[in-house]
Amino acid sequence: MNVVVCLKQVPGTTQVKIDPETNTLIRQGIENIINPFDTYAIEEGVRLRERFGGKVTAISMGPPQAETALKEAISLGADEGILLSDPAFAGADTWATSCTLFMALRKLEKYDLIICGRQTLDGDTGQVGPQLAEMLALPFIAYVSQIEEVADGEMRVRRMVEDGYEIMESSLPTVLTVVKEINTPRLPSLRGIARSKSASIPVWGVEELNADPDKVGLSGSFTRVVRIFSPQRVCRGEIFQGDVEDQVDCLISRLKDDGFL
Amino acid sequence: MMGSYKGKGMGNEDYSGIWVFAEQRNGQIKNVAYELLGRARELADALGVELSAVCFGHEVDDVNGLIAHGVDKIYLVDSAELGDNQEDLLTQQLVELVQQHRPEILLAGATALGRAFIPRVAAALPTGLSADCTDLDIDADKRLLLQTKPTFGGNILAVITCPEARPQMATVRPHVFSLHETDGSRKGEIIKVDFKRERYTSRTKLVEFVAEVAETVKIEEADVIVAGGRGLEKAENFEMIQELASVMGGAVGATRVAVDEGWLAYPHQIGQTGKTVCPRLYIAVGISGALQHVVGMQTSECIVAINDDPHAPIFEVATYGIVGDLFQVVPLLIEKLKKR
Repeated sequence: MNVVVCLKQVPGTTQVKIDPETNTLIRQGIENIINPFDTYAIEEGVRLRERFGGKVTAISMGPPQAETALKEAISLGADEGILLSDPAFAGADTWATSCTLFMALRKLEKYDLIICGRQTLDGDTGQVGPQLAEMLALPFIAYVSQIEEVADGEMRVRRMVEDGYEIMESSLPTVLTVVKEINTPRLPSLRGIARSKSASIPVWGVEELNADPDKVGLSGSFTRVVRIFSPQRVCRGEIFQGDVEDQVDCLISRLKDDGFL
Repeated sequence: MMGSYKGKGMGNEDYSGIWVFAEQRNGQIKNVAYELLGRARELADALGVELSAVCFGHEVDDVNGLIAHGVDKIYLVDSAELGDNQEDLLTQQLVELVQQHRPEILLAGATALGRAFIPRVAAALPTGLSADCTDLDIDADKRLLLQTKPTFGGNILAVITCPEARPQMATVRPHVFSLHETDGSRKGEIIKVDFKRERYTSRTKLVEFVAEVAETVKIEEADVIVAGGRGLEKAENFEMIQELASVMGGAVGATRVAVDEGWLAYPHQIGQTGKTVCPRLYIAVGISGALQHVVGMQTSECIVAINDDPHAPIFEVATYGIVGDLFQVVPLLIEKLKKR
């Protein structure tokens, strides 16, 4: 079973600030990590290979330093990594990102499954998985929390919805996004770390992908970010004083005044 | 799909009107559709265009009722095969309708369904899409939809536009827009669209749905939510939260930590990777107020925080706060409320 895992390198914190001068995010001094939601995708891919054989290919679009994330994926059990990197890819929205991944996947030999994390820590969109599926004309299942069965070109999974879960079946190949409930990612193994150090990560750019420059990066993006800002925190409310009884009485009286009781 | 791409920037003046995808589940239109219609009506008026709802399902209740929420036209596709929201079918049907009728804006709730299939519609058309918006506005001069969405777990807000391609698409988080008053005297039109099943393929199949919310009150729709976090220490202590919730006539919520620990099931989780709620009253017990939780409840009308750490960030968003031991405060609160 050949599995492709799509991952993104993201800042290792959501506590980012805006530079008031340039109105851009201050990225200095922030360590980059594999998007945490993508680590479940890697782990699930590795588990499937352990059960069924085949290989796990990790693929990422990003700047040259995203190679680190792919090497980490190898240390976590992926067999190989491919970096999609080109100055022309910069500024991509989810459509242009999906399109770049789509062009890379066209180049890959047979795969049975593509797994993505449910969303990224930075952009929070969760759109690349479904958009990639659509471009590849493959079925898509979001929020998968368990792969129950894989057999005869079909798979059966559980996916989480607001009020419970659904058992879904799909033909293969298919595209899934996975949630953290699906597994507990392992730590890098010593053998994995050794492999990742010696692994060479091919870099595919516009030329290698034979990409239409109008469909990648900022020029391939339909959306524009016109402004970023920090949300205003609601002002501090009232903290009740006195002993527990006083505090509770005060609360009940306020809730009554406000019409909640 | 890739083959049908027409390229962007084709005659935007041909596109007019705002569409809202009115999601149904088990034949009931979801609240988020009505919330969206309230705001979309204002946006449509700002642009001077029609507002339409699109509803796919089978024997959906009260489709006519959408008109009272501000809708001029309803595109209704009714078929037994659309009842369980097979995403392949929804995607293909919506793409076809959009290509046919060319709305300039298309909105949908950022529900599990909306966030899964709306991106596919945008990819197929193709056009731009922003996810999980918390505000929408109109730049009337440029006829642009201004889409505000949280990034970095809500730490940064970004305003997104889709300057050239049409329609401009956004999924919008439930509960960010309040329901508007309905107007029963409004006139509107229902356009029944034939579902041509033979034209579409569905490659995924729903085998079974298993409900996980045992209680009768759904947290997305509750007026009062009592939520517990790490401070509760163990599953048994959630009984206290349950009791307070039932005394208040509310539902029970939980932080990610509480769910990860197995104290409560995932459908109760509130926050970035759980649900966004906007009750009238939110009582946070033993919750420190990590941003990932706060983004899911900060728009509640009144927030009460009970926590023993006076520096806990939950107090920054609280309307009322009690700094104290929840194991003393909550039982006393329950006792006094029961006596009332």
